[in-house]
Amino acid sequence: MEIDENKEYIYDSYQLDCDEGKIIEQMKASTKKSIPDPADWIDADLKRNIVLTSLDWVIDWARRSSLWTAICYPACCGMEWMATLAPRFDGSRFGMEIMRASPRQADLLITAGTLTWKMAPNVRRIYNQMAEPKWVIAMGACGISGGIFRSGYNVVPGYNKIIPVDVYVPGCPPRPEALLYGIQQLQKKIGRAKAVPDLSELPNPLNELPNPLKKDKKK
Amino acid sequence: MTTALSAKEIVSKLSAEFPDAVKEAGADSVLVKSASLPAVTEYLKTADGLKFDYINYITAIDYYDYFEVVYMMTSTEYNRSVTLKTRCETRNRPTVPSLAGIYQGADWQEREVYDLMGITFKGHPNMKRVFLWEGFDGHPLRKDWNK
Repeated sequence: MEIDENKEYIYDSYQLDCDEGKIIEQMKASTKKSIPDPADWIDADLKRNIVLTSLDWVIDWARRSSLWTAICYPACCGMEWMATLAPRFDGSRFGMEIMRASPRQADLLITAGTLTWKMAPNVRRIYNQMAEPKWVIAMGACGISGGIFRSGYNVVPGYNKIIPVDVYVPGCPPRPEALLYGIQQLQKKIGRAKAVPDLSELPNPLNELPNPLKKDKKK
Repeated sequence: MTTALSAKEIVSKLSAEFPDAVKEAGADSVLVKSASLPAVTEYLKTADGLKFDYINYITAIDYYDYFEVVYMMTSTEYNRSVTLKTRCETRNRPTVPSLAGIYQGADWQEREVYDLMGITFKGHPNMKRVFLWEGFDGHPLRKDWNK
């Protein structure tokens, strides 16, 4: 779905349909296996070779306490998600009340609903547009595995076929309490992450800088 | 409330107008020959005392031996509705005349039937898929479509 500058675009509706079909068929062919869940933190936790500094703790606290959500609600789980934000369940108790129409301003994707193959390239595009660090909650049976529509001709059997998923919330649809519990689990997960990377692993930015003296000599 | 017009009234009018068109009249539906479908529909839409001016839906059923296309129209003036049916016997490229020239609302409905059932509507201005993408293999609501 990305714009290719070298390509000559044809604005004929049938040609556009064919192009879309090619993208979907490519996606179907390339997603036979699920994407593994991002679970490096479990290994790190088991090995105990990770030491959270107080700076890590502060950054994790800031990240987990203000999760901004991208809008991706293709089906009925979206109703439960709305109820989660409404006063009775009040998602803002957990720093959750902001929804963003632009994925570039969001860091959490709650995939509330059945995903069809025709919609799949757009959902992956939304995910790709989100800025790092980003997390995904697969909400409901359809989000986890395709649910009762799994064997259908047009349904993606689980979001983890196209994007990595951090937390799975089962239910059809899950109650708002279940979603809140899933969000809290995600917040725990974020709290264990090492926010500041090891300085020794990073490339030294000083080496990358151009040396003005050398340039002068060349001239 | 919309009450279903009894098929007898309609059949008596239709068979007076089109002697060969009506094949069968059930309790709440009329089965017509597919070749005479546009003429029958035009008559139902314009004739005095009928005026079926609104198309509720078009759908299709796969009975293995034949496809049945079902049309439901409502008369907003007389507050009545009628179900028309027609059949195409072949599985290979079944064709039914299009009603898109008579009812504008039939346009996307016929495309949906084409998309999912593979029945071509002859005379449709834009006969292509509406839900599934181009390049999709087959028509998924057919009984013999299986992967």
